[in-house]
Amino acid sequence: MREADGGLGHVFISVLMRDLTLAFRHRGELANPLMFFVMVVSLFPLGIGPAPSTLAEIAPGIIWVAALLASMLALDAMFRTDFEDGSLEQMALSHHPLSVIVLAKVLAHWLITGLPLLIVAPLLGVLLYLPDNAMVVLVLSLALGTPVLSLVGAIGTGLTVGLKRGGVLLSLLVLPLYVPVLIFGALAVNDATAGLNVTGHLYLMGALLVLSIALSPLATAAAIRVSIG
Amino acid sequence: MLIAARDLACERDDRLLFSDLNFQLAAREILQVEGRNGSGKTSLLRIVCGLALASSGGIYWRDQPVERVRTDYLGQINYLGHHAGVKAELTPLENLRFAQALTNPRRDVDLGAVLGRLSLRGFEDVPCRMLSAGQNRRVGLARLLVSDALLWVLDEPFTALDRKGIADVEDIFLEHVQAGGIVILTTHHTTRLDGCTVKVIDLSAEVPGP
Repeated sequence: MREADGGLGHVFISVLMRDLTLAFRHRGELANPLMFFVMVVSLFPLGIGPAPSTLAEIAPGIIWVAALLASMLALDAMFRTDFEDGSLEQMALSHHPLSVIVLAKVLAHWLITGLPLLIVAPLLGVLLYLPDNAMVVLVLSLALGTPVLSLVGAIGTGLTVGLKRGGVLLSLLVLPLYVPVLIFGALAVNDATAGLNVTGHLYLMGALLVLSIALSPLATAAAIRVSIG
Repeated sequence: MLIAARDLACERDDRLLFSDLNFQLAAREILQVEGRNGSGKTSLLRIVCGLALASSGGIYWRDQPVERVRTDYLGQINYLGHHAGVKAELTPLENLRFAQALTNPRRDVDLGAVLGRLSLRGFEDVPCRMLSAGQNRRVGLARLLVSDALLWVLDEPFTALDRKGIADVEDIFLEHVQAGGIVILTTHHTTRLDGCTVKVIDLSAEVPGP
């Protein structure tokens, strides 16, 4: 009787499935962050020149910066429509913890906007002559890093969702918090290119991920309560 | 006494909307909040739900301040605001299923029958953006019937409904009240809620305009 027990797991799954359904009914918007990511990265060889050594050197930074911007571009949509049609109020009025609902929404958001980046990243790596031995680290660092971007971004989005034009404020709020992820992510890929040991960087990113999974939903829930109050 | 408001005051942008507002409701009672536009009806309902904070005073649920029994209290509330929380991309059935997951679901509810009761039969699988404003309102109101909550807080529930819709919804309110529930609503519409206690507060009378 999972359906009827109304437990936390059931709410989590319901929110997750609902958000995924909504995303798939807006297939056009679904591809936006991915298109942005691919376009930005593929413009660099045109702007800088096709020399493999130059491209390989800047590849980790380009891919990471583009992934970061693509993920930030998608942030605003996380709570926007739910705020506008009153769904967010209904979620805040549920007797289930808002933080669990928020975590489900962020997971759905990451599956839609973050996961595709992971899948395309190796392809873009090839485009930029990234050495083969760095590919795995590139995907691993993005797998650990992009969820952090979504989770941290959710706090800023929750705070600015009540504002008509919160875009600039949102970037100002979350960019400083994105910087550590960018530094360790790009550094890990760089070191992997040079054949160095990168477990330290990846552990640190794992720690950031665990920290943000634990704390970000609570902060986001509080931010949403402020925004709808 | 199930729910009581004690010495509520509400300010918006340095303007006092109401102050020293008191009411208490027992089971089987309806509170109708009246007042001109901008007199604070919606603000009052949002304070009752805990979505907004009162400048002073508080809401008590079974004689406990709601901040202390928050989870219990939220499990007993069903709120319908100006924006009904109906997702335009989802069908009425999907909307209802999600609403059910968020609340304390009522046992053994037939979602098809609930939608039928609000004249939405035949529209179960049509995305809500294809439905009219009145039909979307009905989808929002259908949520009331799938949850077990005692306290219904409704902001202008009759908006966009046709005459038959209004009568249907009034019947649903009466049924809920007779089953021991409470309804708090704002409306400009003269209701036909006979056979139960209807208390009225008029917010226009609280603070004379500047």
